[in-house]
Amino acid sequence: MAKMILTGNESAAWGARLSKPKVVAAYPITPQTSIIEKIAEFIANGEMDARYIRVESEHSAMAACIAAENTGVRTFTATSAHGLTLMHEMLIWASGARLPIVMSVVNRAMAPPWSVWTDQLDSVAQRDTGWMQIYSENNQEVLDSIIMAYRVGEKHNILLPTMIMEDAFILSHTAEAVDVPEQKLVDDFVGEFEPAFKLDPQDPGGFGSLIMPEGPYMEFRYKMALAMDEARKEIRKVTEEFAEVFGRKYPGLVEEYRTEDADAIMVVMGTIASTAKDVIDALREKGKKVGLARIRYFRPFPYEELREIVKKADMLGIVDRSYTFGYGAALYTETKGALYGHTDKPIKNYVVGLGGRDITPDVLVKIFDNMLKIAKDGVVDREIEWVGLHGDERWS
Amino acid sequence: MSMMEDIRLKVESLLRTERLPHVWCSGCGIGITLNAFLRAVVRANIDPNQLAVVSGIGCTGRAAGYVNVDSFHTTHGRAIPFAVGLKFARPDMHVVVFSGDGDLFAIGGNHFVNAARRNHDILVIAVNNFIYGMTGGQHGPTTPTGAFTTTTPYGNPDRPFNIPHLAISLGAPYAARWTTHHLMQLQNSIYTALHRKGFRVIEVISQCPTVYGRRNSMRDPLTMMEYFKKNSIIKHDATFEEMELTYNGKIVVGVFRDVQGIPTYEERYEDIIRRAKK
Repeated sequence: MAKMILTGNESAAWGARLSKPKVVAAYPITPQTSIIEKIAEFIANGEMDARYIRVESEHSAMAACIAAENTGVRTFTATSAHGLTLMHEMLIWASGARLPIVMSVVNRAMAPPWSVWTDQLDSVAQRDTGWMQIYSENNQEVLDSIIMAYRVGEKHNILLPTMIMEDAFILSHTAEAVDVPEQKLVDDFVGEFEPAFKLDPQDPGGFGSLIMPEGPYMEFRYKMALAMDEARKEIRKVTEEFAEVFGRKYPGLVEEYRTEDADAIMVVMGTIASTAKDVIDALREKGKKVGLARIRYFRPFPYEELREIVKKADMLGIVDRSYTFGYGAALYTETKGALYGHTDKPIKNYVVGLGGRDITPDVLVKIFDNMLKIAKDGVVDREIEWVGLHGDERWS
Repeated sequence: MSMMEDIRLKVESLLRTERLPHVWCSGCGIGITLNAFLRAVVRANIDPNQLAVVSGIGCTGRAAGYVNVDSFHTTHGRAIPFAVGLKFARPDMHVVVFSGDGDLFAIGGNHFVNAARRNHDILVIAVNNFIYGMTGGQHGPTTPTGAFTTTTPYGNPDRPFNIPHLAISLGAPYAARWTTHHLMQLQNSIYTALHRKGFRVIEVISQCPTVYGRRNSMRDPLTMMEYFKKNSIIKHDATFEEMELTYNGKIVVGVFRDVQGIPTYEERYEDIIRRAKK
C-alpha cells in the first residue's frame, strides 16, 4: 500500500485504474475533467490496459460504455452537472440493461445561472434512474468506493450500475493523503468481470427489443427492484470484507457519528458531514448532545438504518444541498417517507449551500442550535427552511 | 473626434464594460474575433436592439456575456437550437451564434448539420482553437490528427472536421475561413455575411497558446500568430482536400462560398403560411 497526495479527481482515476476497466469513454466537463485526463494518461502510458474513447458528448460517453459493457467488459466514465443530466436517458438504459457500469460524478450546480461550484441537484435528479448512488466524504472514500462499487454491482443477483459522488472542488480539486491499495489486493477483491449475458456471435441474442404491455416489462422492473434490495444487503457485507482486506472500515449505507444519547441528529450527504463532525465535537464539549447520520448510499436508500437512528434522538434535522421544487428537498422527503408510521418525532428540512455557497462551522452551529430547540419544544418551527439567504436576519 | 476614436467608442458601447476584464488568457484569439465582429456590426450600422448573440459553453461561449445586446449563454452545444428558436420568434432580428469548435461541432454537431441543411437565417461565427480550452486542453472534434492534448498525450488518432466543407456540403450559402491574423479580411467577411441571408458560417482559426500551443511547440501567442501568417494561403476556390487542416500544416483561408437567392427556412415557412391562407 502506498500513501499518495491525491485530489478527489485523482483518487477517482486511481480507483478506476485499480479496478481495471477495459473501456473508458468520456467527455470533458468542469470540474470532472481531471479524472478523465488522468485516466487518458494512465492508458497512454500503458499503465492501464484499456481503450479510451474520446466521444463528442456525455450522452455518447454513456452509450459507448453501455455497448462496451454489453460485450462483456468492465467500463468506467466520469461526469458532472450538465454532463450527467444530458446522460439521463442512457442512465436509465444502463440500469434497465442490467449493466454494472461505474461512474464518478463531481457534484456541481445546474444552470442557469451558470455555476461550477458544488450542489447535489445534478445527481439527486438521477434518483429514479436505477443507479446506486454513493456520496463521498473524503478522497479515500472516493477511491475505495469505486472498488467496492464494481464488486457489489457485478454480482449476478444485483447487476446494477453505481455512481460515486464527490463535492466539486471541496473534494475534486483538494489534495489529501490517500492510501492507494496494492494492485494484487484489488485484483483479488474485485475479481474478473464475469458478465451474466453478453453480445456473443457464438450465442447470438437480441438486446433492447420492443415488448408489448402484456409481455414481461413489469417483471423486468420488479427484478430490478429486488436487485436493489439485494444490493442493500451486499453493500453491508462487502464493506465488512473490504475492512478485512484493506483495513478501512466503511459503515455500509449510513455512517453514524455520536448518535448515542443524542437529543438531535443531523442527516446529511457529502462533505458537509466532515464539518459537522468537528462542530459536533465542539458542541458536545459544551454539553449539547448532538449527532450525525451521514447517508453514504442515497440509492438504495437506507430506510432500515434510519428507523433505528430516529429512536436515538428527539428530532432529526435533514440538511440538503439541493432542492426539489414543489415540496421539500430529496433527502428530507425520502427520510420522512422511510419514517412514516415509525416515529412521530419532529423532522425539519434545512436547505443549504446551493451553488457552492460555503457551509462554515458557524452555519452548522446555528442549525444545531435550532435543532436542539425543536428537540426541547417538540415542535417544528418551520417545516422547510432555507438557511442563510441574503438579507435573512435569522441566519446572519 | 477622429474616425478611429468614433469607431472605438461605438465598439465599446457594444460591450458590457462592467463585466470586464474578460476571462480569456492574454494572447487568446477570441478577443480579436469578438473585436472584428463588433467592428463589422458598427460598420454595418446594425441597431443593437435588432441584434442577438447566442453562445454555447467554453471559452468562446463567454462572448455572449460581454456583448451589450440581447444575448444568451446557453447550455453546451445548444447555441444553434436557441438561435433557431430566437430567429423563428423574431424573424426581424439579426441572430448571430458566436461559439467555439468544441461546442458547435462535438456535442452540438447534430444541430449544426440540421440547421445548415434547413438553411436557417443565422450567422455562425465558429472560433476554432483546435481544443477544449475552458476545461484545460482536451482533444476535441477539430483537433488535428497527430496533435498533442491532455487526452491524446501521444498524439491524436482522430480526423478533424473540415468545417467550411461541411457547411458547403449541406448547402450553406456563405462559408468562409480566416485566422486571427487576417483581421481585416475577417472583419470584411463578417460585414458581408451580415448582409447575406441563410445559414452563414465563418470559421476563425484562433490561437490558444495556453493549452494548445504549449503542447504543440507553439508556446506563446506570437509563435501561433506567426504560424498562421506563414502557413496561410488565401484561395477562395479551394477544393475539399485543400480546405482540410493538418497538424502544423498549411491553412487555406478565403470565402469559399457566397451565393445569394437560396430561400431560407424562415422564408419557405412564411411562403407555406401564405399559400395555406389562400
